[in-house]
Amino acid sequence: MRALSGICLLVCLLVAPALAQPQPPKDFVAVDESQPGEQIPALPLIASAYGFIWIALLGYVWSVGRRLQKVEGELAELEAKRK
Amino acid sequence: MTRSTLYMLAATTAMFAVAPWIIDAAPNEATMGLVYKIYFFHMPSAWMFLLSAIVAGVASMRFLFLKRATADHWAMAAGELTVLFGAFTLVSGPLWARKAWGVWWQWDPRLTSSLVLFLLFVAYNLLRRYGGPGSDKLGAGMAIFSMFNVVFVWVSVNYWRTIHPPTTVVPSLPVAMGIPLWFCVTAFTLLFIVLLRMRARLEHQRARVDALYLAEES
Repeated sequence: MRALSGICLLVCLLVAPALAQPQPPKDFVAVDESQPGEQIPALPLIASAYGFIWIALLGYVWSVGRRLQKVEGELAELEAKRK
Repeated sequence: MTRSTLYMLAATTAMFAVAPWIIDAAPNEATMGLVYKIYFFHMPSAWMFLLSAIVAGVASMRFLFLKRATADHWAMAAGELTVLFGAFTLVSGPLWARKAWGVWWQWDPRLTSSLVLFLLFVAYNLLRRYGGPGSDKLGAGMAIFSMFNVVFVWVSVNYWRTIHPPTTVVPSLPVAMGIPLWFCVTAFTLLFIVLLRMRARLEHQRARVDALYLAEES
């Protein structure tokens, strides 16, 4: 009986590593060349962030400059009228 | 435009022209890689967003309680800049988050409170533009109320559990990342001062035009 138990244990120890092996994939999955961390490219995001800030800033400076020029023109006209 | 504003504008333009090279020289971050470089414009924009909201609130207090008419001009100027810098923050943030967090937006305390502050100042600007007579006092009250939201925005990352990095990130930055950051903070602060002075001047001149029209009528 002890011999039979020993054989069973030996078989289990020998078979267990084989069962623990990962199963082969059922089908092949193609992956992109890029690294997993680079699936979303950083450069377009950086360019969009900086581009938006630059364009909005230039637009705002132009808008304030134009409004200021208009008001100062009106002011000069009114002051000239009063003289 | 005064001479000092012109000098500041020249210095700001030069700093913004040099900034891409200084940012490019900064090292990449270990986990986020290249995309973290949005930080160098995102963080100073966010600081100016909060600073302009505070300036608008304080100037509104001076207008409302001390009856200083010119303080309202500063409040209007700062109110418009809050929307401008808020837009910079709220556009650059999600572009960074898309890669760093995998999502464009999260309804977490920092992001939500920033959006609320931005929307409050959009409402303030709309009120000042289309509100008609009496909108100056109502607007001042609104700016003061909105200013207190700045505290909420600031502490949100340290007090609540949030996906956004805490404020302790800034002092712990390595020197190679700190130099471009403080360079950009200086450039944005100068930009804020220049724009604030230009925009306040516009309001001062508008007030003079209105006074001249009123004098003509009487």
